[in-house]
Amino acid sequence: MEQPIIEIHGLTKHYGSLKAVDDLHLAIHKGEVFGLLGPNGAGKSTTILMLLGLTEPTAGEARICGVNASRNPIYVKKKVGYMPDNVGFYNDLTALENLVYIGRLNGIPEKEVKARAGTMLQQVGLEDALHKKAGTFSRGMKQRLGLADVLIRQPEVIILDEPTLGIDPAGVKDFLELIRQLNQQQGMTVLLSSHHLHQVQQICNRVGIFVGGQLLAEGNIETLAANLFRSAPYEVQVMVKKLPEQTAQLQGQLLALPAVKQVTLSANSAQIAGQENITPEIVRFFVHNGYDVTGVQERTYGLDEIYQRYFENNLKENISNEKSTGFFKRSFTGKWGKQ
Amino acid sequence: MKSQPAFLKGLLPANGESNNASPFSVMVRKEVADQVRSWRFIILAGLILVTFLGSLYVSLTNIGRAVTNPQDPDSLFLYLKLLTITDGSLPPFHVFIGFLGPLLGIALGFDAINSEQSNGTLIRLVAQPIYRDSLLNAKFTASLIVVSILFFSLSLLMIGGGLITTGVKMEPSEFIRIMCFTALSVIYIAFWLNLSILLSVKFRQTATSALTAIAIWLFFTVFYQILLRIVVSAFLPDPGTLSQEQVASYNGAIITIMRLVPSQLYTDATTTLLMPSVRSLGPLTMEQMAGAIPSPLSIRESLLVVWPQVSGLIAATVVCFALSYYLFMRREIRT
Repeated sequence: MEQPIIEIHGLTKHYGSLKAVDDLHLAIHKGEVFGLLGPNGAGKSTTILMLLGLTEPTAGEARICGVNASRNPIYVKKKVGYMPDNVGFYNDLTALENLVYIGRLNGIPEKEVKARAGTMLQQVGLEDALHKKAGTFSRGMKQRLGLADVLIRQPEVIILDEPTLGIDPAGVKDFLELIRQLNQQQGMTVLLSSHHLHQVQQICNRVGIFVGGQLLAEGNIETLAANLFRSAPYEVQVMVKKLPEQTAQLQGQLLALPAVKQVTLSANSAQIAGQENITPEIVRFFVHNGYDVTGVQERTYGLDEIYQRYFENNLKENISNEKSTGFFKRSFTGKWGKQ
Repeated sequence: MKSQPAFLKGLLPANGESNNASPFSVMVRKEVADQVRSWRFIILAGLILVTFLGSLYVSLTNIGRAVTNPQDPDSLFLYLKLLTITDGSLPPFHVFIGFLGPLLGIALGFDAINSEQSNGTLIRLVAQPIYRDSLLNAKFTASLIVVSILFFSLSLLMIGGGLITTGVKMEPSEFIRIMCFTALSVIYIAFWLNLSILLSVKFRQTATSALTAIAIWLFFTVFYQILLRIVVSAFLPDPGTLSQEQVASYNGAIITIMRLVPSQLYTDATTTLLMPSVRSLGPLTMEQMAGAIPSPLSIRESLLVVWPQVSGLIAATVVCFALSYYLFMRREIRT
């Protein structure tokens, strides 16, 4: 197998007593689109900065194209295009001037630089705003200009930190499509960080779940789901008008059903997880026992659930019980309400 | 006023004309362009130009009287006279620069790093394949280039104007003195420039760094002398009870403390350079003065007299630069 284009070995970063990144191991191969997923403050940006050699790791090393990023940052920065999460431009200069400046800094010959900047702006769909000042740009336009700015040096790897933050849904779609095209047509390796699961799901070959400085899991979405829900891969939520006050008996009866592994009961809903899909049996059971079923929801495993599950585990460790139940109630009602 | 930036713009491409310019020269070129187009530079350069023309006008109208004064050993140095004489209505140009120079330096540097950071351009810049220190170097070099061009062109303008109006031949020593004075002014402004760059690295808000720089400048130009006077009058014993040597040593100590101020160093050095008859910047005893003929010093000797002042200014500049280097090189650049 060829050498990974990004290798991270035991990367650790401490800020005082805070462990921003904790013993991270990761390998990303050429041509992949890798999504780094995690809540705010999980250490995603810190990891990216260490990949570029902009922040010194406390321990461990990051290698890009086989070169240590903290020892030889100039070489790495030639290979990697980085778009920060809050991308900014010189407001007094036009889009073209901004891009030409970056092109010159990257040593593009003076004769070509203007033409190349123009082509890049066309590629990201900013050809109409060529001579507009960057200060007048909307957020979405700035993101596009940021992408052009990353692409002008023709990098092998592009790293995007929260690229979809603050753009409207249509803009997000276009933007992600652009990234997908780049990946497919030019074989560029893409590493992007986000906390927007659905967006990442659309374009990533592989994702890593990053919480509290640790990579909890990585792989493609199916593998992640399979690993995570191995014990009870199927889950059904049944909503009824009213459950009895004493739930112990009901719980016993449900657990007695074939293949049921886990039952969680709340005021008017029951969550049943099992090894096989027995939704019809469960519904029949509820109907026979005289409960008024108002809704049945089979669960499919998207990134949301995966994320939730990992996030859940993490929360349980950190936050007191009371708080976390409150959080889950809210997030669950929100989710079911949507569907 | 309008002609100044236009004149400078023509000179710009000389910095980065080569086909594959190094990142450093690209940055210098961009920074120079930014500075020259910025309103604050146009305003301050205009202000300096106006004071320059004003003081030149005053000295030209009084030049006839000054050069015919037989009491003055410097009366033969026409062009130095142009820079220094006044009839009291306006201070001479070098005094103006002692006052306005720091403002120019502060204006060019106070937002060097922190405005990039708050705009989000800093992180994008350092993610380019450049060394981090070239950013700092480029900012400093660019402002220095702008200031040097401004001051050298003013000096040459003055010399040219003097040549046309008086028609008097210029002595080489005068030319060298004027160029040294100009270089000294640039060094003096470079100190304030570096101080303000240091503050822009230190403080995240541009307003904080600008106000701090101005506060330091105000303290040194106004309050330091007042404070020193109060302290001296409180601690110094009655001069009547002291011996000659004691008075001299107290005097020396006070002058040393005065010279901690960059503007004092600048004033001392310019006075010596522009008035060749100034022999010493401290008090002289009667024995030292005995037998001295009131005649101008040679350039070499004037330069020897001001050398400590120049070294002091350069040292202060270097210290500020080193500090900003130290603060900037290893700091987290994320916003």
